[in-house]
Amino acid sequence: MAVERVAERAPARPPVWNDPRFRAIFFQALVLALVIGVGAYLVNNTLTNMEKRGIASGFGFLGTTAGFSISTTLVPYTEESTYGRAFLVGLANTLLVSVIGVFFATILGFIVGIARLSRNWLVAKLAAVYIETLRNIPLLLQIFFWYFAVLRNLPSPRQSFILFDIFYLNIRGLNTPAPVFEEGFGWVLLSAVVAVAAAVSIVRWARRRREETGRPFHTVYTSLAILFGLPTLATLLAGSPLHWEYAVLEGFNFQGGMVMSPELVALVFSLSTYTASFIGEIVRAGIMAVNRGQTEAAYAVGLSPGLTLRLVVIPQALRVIIPPLTSQYLNLTKNSSLASAIAYPDLVLVFAGTVLNQTGQAVEIIAITMAVYLTISLLISMFMNWYNRKMALVER
Amino acid sequence: MNDRAQTYLPGTHPDLPPPPSMVGVYGWLRANLFSSPVNVILTLLAAYIIYLAFPPLIQWVFINADWQGDTREACRREGACWVFVKVWLRQFMYGRYPSTEIWRINTAYAILALGMIPMFIPRVRGKAWIAAFLLFGYPVVAYYLFYGSAFGQVVVETPLWGGLFLTLVIASVGIVGSLPIGIVLALGRRSRLPIIQSVSIAFIEIWRGVPLITVLFMASVMFPLFMPEGLTIDRLARALVGVMLFSAAYMAEVVRGGLQAIPKGQYEAAQALGLNYGKMMALIILPQALKLVIPGIVNTFIGLFKDTTLVLIIGLMDFLGTIQSAGTNPQWLGFAIEGYVFSALVFWVFCFGMSRYSQHLERKLRTTH
Amino acid sequence: MREGTMVEAGTKVSSAIRGSGDAMVRMDGVHKWYGQFHVLKDINLTVAKGERIVVCGPSGSGKSTMIRCINRLEEHQSGHIVVDGVELTNDLKRIEEVRREVGMVFQHFNLFPHLTVLENLALAPVWVRQTPRKEAEESAMKYLERVRIPEQAKKYPGQLSGGQQQRVAIARALCMNPKVMLFDEPTSALDPEMIKEVLDVMVELAHSGMTMLVVTHEMGFAKTVANRVIFMDRGEIIEENEPGEFFTHPRSERTKLFLSQILAH
Repeated sequence: MAVERVAERAPARPPVWNDPRFRAIFFQALVLALVIGVGAYLVNNTLTNMEKRGIASGFGFLGTTAGFSISTTLVPYTEESTYGRAFLVGLANTLLVSVIGVFFATILGFIVGIARLSRNWLVAKLAAVYIETLRNIPLLLQIFFWYFAVLRNLPSPRQSFILFDIFYLNIRGLNTPAPVFEEGFGWVLLSAVVAVAAAVSIVRWARRRREETGRPFHTVYTSLAILFGLPTLATLLAGSPLHWEYAVLEGFNFQGGMVMSPELVALVFSLSTYTASFIGEIVRAGIMAVNRGQTEAAYAVGLSPGLTLRLVVIPQALRVIIPPLTSQYLNLTKNSSLASAIAYPDLVLVFAGTVLNQTGQAVEIIAITMAVYLTISLLISMFMNWYNRKMALVER
Repeated sequence: MNDRAQTYLPGTHPDLPPPPSMVGVYGWLRANLFSSPVNVILTLLAAYIIYLAFPPLIQWVFINADWQGDTREACRREGACWVFVKVWLRQFMYGRYPSTEIWRINTAYAILALGMIPMFIPRVRGKAWIAAFLLFGYPVVAYYLFYGSAFGQVVVETPLWGGLFLTLVIASVGIVGSLPIGIVLALGRRSRLPIIQSVSIAFIEIWRGVPLITVLFMASVMFPLFMPEGLTIDRLARALVGVMLFSAAYMAEVVRGGLQAIPKGQYEAAQALGLNYGKMMALIILPQALKLVIPGIVNTFIGLFKDTTLVLIIGLMDFLGTIQSAGTNPQWLGFAIEGYVFSALVFWVFCFGMSRYSQHLERKLRTTH
Repeated sequence: MREGTMVEAGTKVSSAIRGSGDAMVRMDGVHKWYGQFHVLKDINLTVAKGERIVVCGPSGSGKSTMIRCINRLEEHQSGHIVVDGVELTNDLKRIEEVRREVGMVFQHFNLFPHLTVLENLALAPVWVRQTPRKEAEESAMKYLERVRIPEQAKKYPGQLSGGQQQRVAIARALCMNPKVMLFDEPTSALDPEMIKEVLDVMVELAHSGMTMLVVTHEMGFAKTVANRVIFMDRGEIIEENEPGEFFTHPRSERTKLFLSQILAH
């Protein structure tokens, strides 16, 4: 009976185009058809065009001999190497710039951000001027400035600028000492590993002892002493198996040591100073996001300013700082592609530039290049999501 | 202190001036520069940096600089040679746009300025209409002014466009064009329909995950392959499409932020009134969300404006491109620094001004909400 | 004994202060300015050991500023503040010494959101008093029982109600075994139904003999537990009296006005 009654009261079936379920399917099908249609149209055009112009397709070109040389190579590479190898060289160079850039940008950014919050008026204003100047000028312009206007105008190696008597900056780049490893260096490496392990266990031991007995321990000094002392001792015992080969001026150029090309120096310098201005703002915002009441409460229970910073402010500020910080790292990596404007052989210049010009296989090459950056982005955003989940404050 | 010796009846104590160590120049210096030994060291260090950096800069920019003349011989090379900038200024501003036609660009600038001024005056009414004109009507007017062909004007082909003018064109078209695409993508990303949502997410994340330069490369080498036979599109148009797609992804995320900030009650109220999805979005949600995201849009514009310089890598003569080419002119070799400093100043004024404006808007929004 | 050692250490303690052996807190001619604004005017106040003082007054009268001077969250510009025989100066060591002995409860709780309730409580004993963690946590649990929320120990502050958070904040301060407790409007950020649970804890604390300075508008609390009520206005102590007299026979016009406004509803 009841069933019947419900059936009686049920509204008349709506016309099918007014049914939300139908609409949902219809619109989605429409979008899908549109995407597939446009895609198919473009693919069709591309195939016809490529055929007409006699461009090969597929990824076979990766095994062909490249036949061009690359100035900076981390991966073994000669003119006889393949395009695939050239791709790896470019990728390695991109990663090299990004890693060095991230390192310096982080240090500089934190310094600038903390300086911006300094109670010292002059320091705070100086940091503000730094941030507001650098972040409002296009990065490419800054790269050009440092590369063309500064580094390209440096004197010849004979008149190098000398820093600490071991670094020489000249038009050919930055000459630095190179480490030379001799027999017995393995012992030094081993001692370094032992030192790190010892330092870690001392920190752990100290934390446990503090938890158990409350007695504090100067972990910082002790572990620093171990970290530096042990390898030094091992070096001496093994008869100094490591020495530095200094760059020496011979004739018109430097011999020995390492040299960083001016392109690399300009790129690393501008990427890190530019990104540091953004990191500075992120650090400032992160610290300011920690409520003043938190510091006051920490002071009120008797924590010293140092402990307050370490136990209360920094853990809370880092939650705010890390996500935008990682996206700045991502930006820096993406911005390293500007390398191609000053002919530093990064992924874009080597692969999307030279290899593309030689093979003409635009579609494959652009796709690979984009896929590389997408992968990096994806990895970074996966890290970010993981971190956010781990760090999310538990709220009601 | 003398005052402390004096006693007052409860409730009659007068306001006294603070002790001299707290106020005036001395108090300010003590509190802000010399409050502790560490601070004294920091102050001295900062002062030393300022001493190292600023006097030589001022010497170079102003005191030793050369302003007069119009050949490179006029520069004594002791300071900046602003003659270089002076001689090339027209190129920097308009590229190779014919000098007889430059009035057209200037007219378009003037119309834009006239349209913008009322937007900054709080009392003016009908801002929505002006904004609508600026967004929809103005681009058409500007196109006919810049390119020509209507009203029997000379056509100026895009390869002649250049300098700051081109930079502004690319950045503005990028932002205006990306706004509608961005709104659609943002709505798509928040849609409950799985296919629409995933298509939007994929589109947004792909463009946001790659550097602009690869997008521009794609635009310049792949677009010609995408086109049906016989159809070619001009280099500027290709770059514009690339820039637009790229910034649409960023715009989508900005708009999504605004949509998320609208309280759920607004959606519920709109549905309770019987509005369908389209009407709810167009009449209730988007007007509120877009107002919230104006600062975000301005920030996206700043980013895009700076990124526009990348088009020189695919061979367009934008502001930085003209400066680069003037610096490599055999007649003027060695004046690159002046060019860079000049363009840095122009970019800085634009970007700093806009970022201040967006901060002002953010503050205003925060107080009215 | 303690004062003797402090004097040897070179403290400038005036003879009047040295004389009062049982004074827990002593403020003598304290003035404070925010920029040009004179917030505290000639504050003289002695709090004896075990005394419970309620400070009231209109907003902006300087009552919070006054108690925040006692643990040097605010700096005073002239006069002396001596807490348990230690005078507050710019010397950070001395400030920390005072802060260890003075507990404070804030209007907005200020619990550390990234730590659990138990970690909030054990933080200072472990890092400042160098108590072994196990011991610190055990005593923390005792205090949580005292404020009647031992079952919340493993939760994060964000998961608690306002009243519970404030009780945790009280327990956190008690974990350091303070000699004085300062309360800065502890109930004014709470929903009405939560005020009582916090006040109950405070009343209990008062009965245990804790020296307390409480800034509050809870006049019921003042009547039941305070030895003295202090009325402040425009940076001055206008009137101080034992609660019976204070509420029935206020001496100054401003006190009368204030009481009529606050008791009207």
